[in-house]
Amino acid sequence: MKNKEPLILVVVVAFTLLTYWLVEPYAHSVMHKHVESQNFAYADLKPLTKTGNAAAGKDLVMGAAACTGCHSIEKAGMPSAMDAVSAAASYGVNPPDLSNAGAIYDAKFLADVIVNPAHALKVEHKFDASKGKMHPMAPFAGAGGELEQEVADMVAYLQSIAVKPDQVTPKMAYENACGRCHSVSYEKWTQIGEKPAFKFEKDSLAFDIKVLEYQESLTKYMGKLPPDLSMYIRSRGEHFISTFIENPQAHLEGTAMPRVGVTADAAHKVIEYLEDAGDTKRHERASVGKMVLIFSVVFAIFALLWKKQVWKNLH
Amino acid sequence: MAHFTKATSVKDWLNQRLAIETVEKVMASEYWIPKNINFLWAMGMVLAITFSLLLVSGIFLLMYYQPDVKDAFYSVNYTIMRDVDYGWLWRHIHGVAASVVFLIIYIHMFTGIYYGSYKKGREMIWVSGMLLFVTFSAEAFSGYMLPWGQMSYWAGMVITNIFSLGGLHLDGLVEWIRGDYVPAQAFLTRFFMLHVLLLPLAIMGLIGLHFAALRIPHVNNQDGEEIDFEAESKKYLAGDTAGSKVIRFANDFMSKDLMVVGFFLIFFFYLVFFQYGFALDPVNFDPADGLKTPAHIYPEWYFLWSYEILRPFSVNIGLVAFGFAQVIFVLLPWLDRSPNAVPASRRGMFKVWFWVLLVDMIVLTAMGKLPPEGIFSTIGLVAALLFIVLWIALPFITKNEKKA
Repeated sequence: MKNKEPLILVVVVAFTLLTYWLVEPYAHSVMHKHVESQNFAYADLKPLTKTGNAAAGKDLVMGAAACTGCHSIEKAGMPSAMDAVSAAASYGVNPPDLSNAGAIYDAKFLADVIVNPAHALKVEHKFDASKGKMHPMAPFAGAGGELEQEVADMVAYLQSIAVKPDQVTPKMAYENACGRCHSVSYEKWTQIGEKPAFKFEKDSLAFDIKVLEYQESLTKYMGKLPPDLSMYIRSRGEHFISTFIENPQAHLEGTAMPRVGVTADAAHKVIEYLEDAGDTKRHERASVGKMVLIFSVVFAIFALLWKKQVWKNLH
Repeated sequence: MAHFTKATSVKDWLNQRLAIETVEKVMASEYWIPKNINFLWAMGMVLAITFSLLLVSGIFLLMYYQPDVKDAFYSVNYTIMRDVDYGWLWRHIHGVAASVVFLIIYIHMFTGIYYGSYKKGREMIWVSGMLLFVTFSAEAFSGYMLPWGQMSYWAGMVITNIFSLGGLHLDGLVEWIRGDYVPAQAFLTRFFMLHVLLLPLAIMGLIGLHFAALRIPHVNNQDGEEIDFEAESKKYLAGDTAGSKVIRFANDFMSKDLMVVGFFLIFFFYLVFFQYGFALDPVNFDPADGLKTPAHIYPEWYFLWSYEILRPFSVNIGLVAFGFAQVIFVLLPWLDRSPNAVPASRRGMFKVWFWVLLVDMIVLTAMGKLPPEGIFSTIGLVAALLFIVLWIALPFITKNEKKA
């Protein structure tokens, strides 16, 4: 009798794969908008034409541009003027410390955010100066010199004090670029910092109240409380998060979330942070998976040999 | 009282009390299976193994899972996925096996339909199998509620709403099932109970019935040949193992089963470690939020075809069609009027019916997931109507079938 098993196997596998393709890759491509990554090139922003002078930039940042009126630069010995909760009450969100801004954020983005925050952050739909809605960050209009040169100087200064780009850690990138709006409870991260282990419940509750107060201001500022991102790596996936960070408007037109202007490297670090939070065991999964597959193949070979031995007398 | 003598060995001691030698013969070495079968006949064993994987992984998950609306999501995604050593492994095995078990069930079912294995005394095998399908479906649905993610909550909302039966507005019944106006604590706890106790008990009982139903009519074979099991087994025991048309369940049939299981496990563990997204839906990694409806609500892939029979019609007609789809498979042995218990390839029009049904159900599955807009809702409607027409036509096309 002809052996029909290979044909049957082909039929079963073909129908299974067809069904899989229809309900997974195909259906999801129809359901979800596909946004292509631009590799964090920020092509809509003007490239820096001037070479910046860090020393001149320092004078501007600390002086005429008044950056330190709102931003701390702890590396340069400039502490924040107020705590996170009061800062959020004043500005809606706690302004970031600028110590490592030069390494985390794209230079073109930094230059643009200094002179036109709402444009660089892509929140002009929310903050329109002509309608009297000013972005809480005041634009820098120049300190008497050539504007482009002054901006280049300030960017150069921020880059000069920051860690080397390859020294940016996942935690550093996440906390600076995302962590002032998004908590990650699985990493104990709140919008005002990592929640310490308190000895007394009273202190723990006092901390929670501060977080709630911060969140109240943030909610008012953003329209709704930005979500906790603990499981986002599993619920949204790397591609979605990465392209969302790059340009939130491309996914969700009109969203209050600003474009944060991170470099491609810093975006990878943010993803890594989220993987550590929501897909903590991925390395273990890969290594255990390899061993289990090797075991399964060996098992299948022995099972095949046993079958052949048993069936030797049956044909 | 039976007469007991001093035992000569442990085996003899057990034999006098439990008749283990007889049991072994009845259950294994002299349980006769036709030789003329292909690997599709191993799907029962593959299902038994997959069910065992579900049971064992479920026991481990049960040690850490918290059936509380405040803690459930955290206990699954933090405690089990991060804190407990290899908790992620048990969860992935459980989640992937829950999906793969339905793939194998469908292959098993369509094998039965193709080879006519529901006829001539095998009706109870089919009926008990369909009851298993229903209980497995309930088990899958109740389990899907437990992580208390967005899809748990909203699928729970949509599916329990079906029980209001459209125009009958049985809202009281829906509330009774939920234990609340919306899915909440009472809902989660009762589905937890169903998932870890009542339904697994029912499944194990039905598996026993399914096996028992196989005993008297024997396993079918791939040519629909009627085998004289008495005569053929004598031939085998007399030493003509090559000439006999039957084989022992163990080790003959078992060795082939185990070989198929071996290859299946490679596929299964590949999915568990490297391709699990289809079974662990991303949307369910967002915690349940009764104020935020997900953009697309869809059931797991194995329910999509019946969901799509519900969806393209107006509420009341959809529910009738849905009810029809749920019970019609059980009636297959009586809707098929032909006495031919042979493979579909030798049954003329029935062969066409089989392949059209299979393709139609795949189309329904795809349309059930795609958003019901434009061409998709038209295709879905046509496929749903075709499904109903196919089943209504079945008695007529099989009644006129020629003797094979």
